[in-house]
Amino acid sequence: MRGKQIGMWKLIHKLGSPKWCYQLCGRLQPVFWIAAAALLAVGAVWSLAFSPPDYQMGDSYRIIYVHVPAAILAQSVFLAMTFASVVFLVWKIKLADMAASVMAPFGAAMTLLGLFSGAVWGIPTWGTWWTWDARLTSMLIQLFIYIGIIALRGAFSRPEQGAKAVAVLTLVGVVNIPIIKYSVSWWNTLHQPATFTLTERPAMPESMWMPLLLMVLGFYCFFTALTLYRLRSEILKRESRTRWVQEAVK
Amino acid sequence: MPPPESTATAAPTLAPRGLAATCVRQVKRELAIARRRGSEWINPLLFQALVIVLFPLGISPEPALLATLAPGLLWVTALLAVLLSLDALFRSDFDDGSLEQMLLSPQPLPALCLAKTFAHWLLTGVPMALIAPLLGLLLSLPAAGVATLMAALLLGSATFSLIGAVGAALTVSLPRGGVLLSLLILPFYIPVLIFGAGAVNAAIAGDPVTAPMALLGAMLALAIAGAPFAIAGALRISVDG
Amino acid sequence: MTVALTGRGLACERDERELLHGLDLDVVDGTLLRIEGPNGSGKTSLLKMLTGQLAPTAGTLSWRGQPLARARADYRTALLYLGHEPGVTTSLTAMENLAWSAALADLCVDAAAIEAALQTVGLYGFEDLPAGQLSAGQRRRIALARLELIPRPLWILDEPFTALDRAGVAWLEQRLLAHRDAGGAVVLTTHHEFAPTACIERLRLGATHAAA
Repeated sequence: MRGKQIGMWKLIHKLGSPKWCYQLCGRLQPVFWIAAAALLAVGAVWSLAFSPPDYQMGDSYRIIYVHVPAAILAQSVFLAMTFASVVFLVWKIKLADMAASVMAPFGAAMTLLGLFSGAVWGIPTWGTWWTWDARLTSMLIQLFIYIGIIALRGAFSRPEQGAKAVAVLTLVGVVNIPIIKYSVSWWNTLHQPATFTLTERPAMPESMWMPLLLMVLGFYCFFTALTLYRLRSEILKRESRTRWVQEAVK
Repeated sequence: MPPPESTATAAPTLAPRGLAATCVRQVKRELAIARRRGSEWINPLLFQALVIVLFPLGISPEPALLATLAPGLLWVTALLAVLLSLDALFRSDFDDGSLEQMLLSPQPLPALCLAKTFAHWLLTGVPMALIAPLLGLLLSLPAAGVATLMAALLLGSATFSLIGAVGAALTVSLPRGGVLLSLLILPFYIPVLIFGAGAVNAAIAGDPVTAPMALLGAMLALAIAGAPFAIAGALRISVDG
Repeated sequence: MTVALTGRGLACERDERELLHGLDLDVVDGTLLRIEGPNGSGKTSLLKMLTGQLAPTAGTLSWRGQPLARARADYRTALLYLGHEPGVTTSLTAMENLAWSAALADLCVDAAAIEAALQTVGLYGFEDLPAGQLSAGQRRRIALARLELIPRPLWILDEPFTALDRAGVAWLEQRLLAHRDAGGAVVLTTHHEFAPTACIERLRLGATHAAA
């Protein structure tokens, strides 16, 4: 038992070593780039050319192949940031904060993409760019939370202090996001008659959800690859004074 | 020059012992500071009243229209007024070193933070709930909604104070944290706004208000349980990096 | 009084900048330790580390044989800290300030005790004026009144002589030596030179850097 614990500690510390992580990221990165490219290419062709049009919405429904993965990623990235923040606050592993810092702009971008695709879809469906649909509303709020997290980090002149403050804010955010989502949908049912929404669809045929699944997986791989890539440059930037970075750059 | 008898008894004759007594002393300190600073604590309330005056001027004095908007307007302005008062919550304690003394006290910091936030609520949320009927009058708020508005504001503003204190603690070391504080905190105020305004609207419509009020209470309970620890953690980060 | 604060191999790094390195120190009963060093040599950071606010990046800091992080509650009941900004609220009176300080220290004191402490630091007659109406030196004296009011074995003081007049400086110097002689411990940073007979310990920061 004790030996196992020590083994786990060694692993955590090894994972926490920037040099080791830099090398690991470098090795994993190509795998995820290739997987992302393959999944997204197959998914895009399948979803745009081969999956059947919707009996109600025609071809306009195809925007879900961007909208749904973006929305899923927007939430997953926040969960990943939460995990990194907990690791950073509890074990004081700086690498976790570096990961959180490179993930935040991606999460914000995915939220923005979700909002944009939702707005584009609104034109053929509702005849307007924006309606206060429950999902779009909470996504808009989530975008503001992402922006707040990014802005808070930028506001500190001492990066270490900013990192801790951001970790606390991320934890506060993760507690509040479900409450916000619940309250917004309560408000929505109170104010709006049920319209058909982008994502809550009754049983999709396999030819529709299979390409969707591929797209979601492709987005995940893209996110992972990009995070690994940006994490590597973040490690180099923050560890620029250490000997191994200076040797690696030489 | 011995002090006059009256102040000697009103001032700390019996200093406390134990956590509860320390928290009482903390609340008394905040109230004394507010008293010394004169009308400063009234400013957010005046701000709220002024913004309320702007709406009939900007939209329409039509009572029927104002009455439909009233619950939402009262809640939004209350929210903004609380936000306005938050930047000062820890600022002077941070500048004069009092915060550092709190951090090094043997008493648990989250409890001290809760006491401080309670004092903030006494100075903003409670008076806000008390003047709400008056502001409601300006907006032709139907009488059926007044009692619910006051009760909901009492509950909701306490949650505002607690969540806001987390943001104030996170930004207290930043020289110009005020606008950033609003950006951080506003999204987290939305649930309280929704259920608060929802409760008043339900009361006006004659519907039961139990559900939104219970949810406001639940959010306050969650905030009381969680926010003091987040405030304490954020203050330690702000003071010591 | 039993003070036993031990640091071994302490290092402090802030934002990738190394302030301290391989520092050993012992603060025990009867220590009067003056931390010296040029600006930016990490004096305040070391004090923050010793008060348990800042975790050392390397090395161990222990209190009565236990790691400081674990003995924090016990440590805080033994510590009296006056920071660079001493925590005197300008809109409160001297009495109110000290009553709050005593409450934070979890102490039972009455108005008479606070008045006595204020009298010792020469603020008799100023008890009920808001601190903002007093001079900087008088505000410093309010903070120093805590030394009288709150009995703690270990004092950690950041520039306690700031803004004091000559009489105040003399009083504080005597007070610090008296605390040391009574078995207490004092760690402080200051630009004030003690009388040569005071025989205090010195820790020079920056010197450790040069040696390393």
